[in-house]
Amino acid sequence: MFQNIGELLVLLWQTIRALPLAFRHRQKISDQLFEIGNASLLMACVLSIFIGGVIALQTGPVLAERGLASAIGGLVGLSICKELAPVMMAVLIAGRIGSAMAAEIGSMRVYQEIDALRTMNINPVHYLVLPRLIAITISLPILVLFAILVGWFGGGLVAVLNEKIGISFQSFFINLRLVVELGDVLNGLFKSAVFAVVIGTVCCHQGLITIGGPRGIGRSVTKAVVNSIVLILILDYFLTRFLLYFEE
Amino acid sequence: MTDAAPSPLRQSVQVRIAAVRKTYDGMAVLKGINLEIAPGEIFVIMGPSGSGKSVLLRHIIGLEPPDDGEIFINGESIHTPGVMDKYRMALVFQSGALLNSLNVLENVGLYLTEHRLKKPGEIARIAVEKLDMLGLKNVKDKYPSELSGGMRKRVSIARALVIEPQLILYDEPTSELDPLSAVVIGEEILTLTKRVDVTSIVVTHDRDLAFGIADRIAMMYEGNIIAVGTVDEIRKSTNPIIHRFLHADFNPQNQTEES
Repeated sequence: MFQNIGELLVLLWQTIRALPLAFRHRQKISDQLFEIGNASLLMACVLSIFIGGVIALQTGPVLAERGLASAIGGLVGLSICKELAPVMMAVLIAGRIGSAMAAEIGSMRVYQEIDALRTMNINPVHYLVLPRLIAITISLPILVLFAILVGWFGGGLVAVLNEKIGISFQSFFINLRLVVELGDVLNGLFKSAVFAVVIGTVCCHQGLITIGGPRGIGRSVTKAVVNSIVLILILDYFLTRFLLYFEE
Repeated sequence: MTDAAPSPLRQSVQVRIAAVRKTYDGMAVLKGINLEIAPGEIFVIMGPSGSGKSVLLRHIIGLEPPDDGEIFINGESIHTPGVMDKYRMALVFQSGALLNSLNVLENVGLYLTEHRLKKPGEIARIAVEKLDMLGLKNVKDKYPSELSGGMRKRVSIARALVIEPQLILYDEPTSELDPLSAVVIGEEILTLTKRVDVTSIVVTHDRDLAFGIADRIAMMYEGNIIAVGTVDEIRKSTNPIIHRFLHADFNPQNQTEES
């Protein structure tokens, strides 16, 4: 495990050192951005609308019973932007994009394409990891921003349509605006950027160390997704603690 | 393997392998290999499957470090920093190892594109020229998955040629090919070596290919070089392992008699 963590940090460091080459790889970065956005945007929106909806559904009636129905906007707004959108989108992207990264790089490794790159003096970290890591670090916060907005909308919709809550769209968003600050949204976006780096590094690393045939690729994909999700959830706690210091 | 622009004046290199050893999980795969390959030579390393031929090739091009021993190119150890960048080397992989996400033209021009050695139009022209040289002009827009095994190998050779290598390594260039395609590949290796000044090391267990193209042959068996010589010397060898390897033929009649 410690060897794996060490290798992950080395890969991340090599990628950070290669950042000045990013402009040179802009075409690959834009291809990856398209890939990630195209594959995830619709799913992110669908997921978020239901996440917002379910929070409103679970908490709304309880708050309404106690005469606090108007507070639901703030509750849904905060929980989505600070916690649920970054974590759920990161989990979604780990499953949707991280698995594809691990599978693609893993199959390149198994079928000697990475060796072929090395014989041509093309650094696999520059060619494969750098564009993916940059693209995911740009796109995940953007997806999270979408998820936050759509999630709020979903929450508002349920708050309006559910008879037990029965507040207006307007009062939902007035309360949301009172409670949620720009810093809360930035908090979520910062978390998502960190999660993106974790997903990109873990999945690319798992691809690069793939051995064996198709079974090895399958194993790598599973490990990449599971490790990413575990790390996201552990890091989420520590990031939250860290960010709380700034709020205090 | 260099960042510098390929020079039009190619110069084949001398390769010396000195006491190279490699062990994987306690199993010795290379047991102290010593070889010397002259500039411009077609040197064939022949031997049964699992004798360590491909592993040796991966060591020569620096894909794997030896546990012990040294590999020298023109007298310079490849493990000295900067030496691998100084010489242009290419490996034609057994599988072709073409990048499946790129089409044939992009695969062939990859080295020049990634090192920004030429403008895109010039790269395309060079790639087409190399493909044409190997009779593959019509497949330039296809993807590797759309090509036959023989075509993939030839594209892989074209990709190697773009580097204008001083040393070109072929790993089982005729494996998985029908006899006709194998002959074509063999002829191409010969033609290329004549046309450009390059040292070629070919790893194969294909006896016909080895005898057809080799200046010298090394016989490898269980991680050791058991003989080095010209085609005639290897043919006439009295070593029982070489004799068995060279004269192994499938004869159904023997099977019936044995049973």
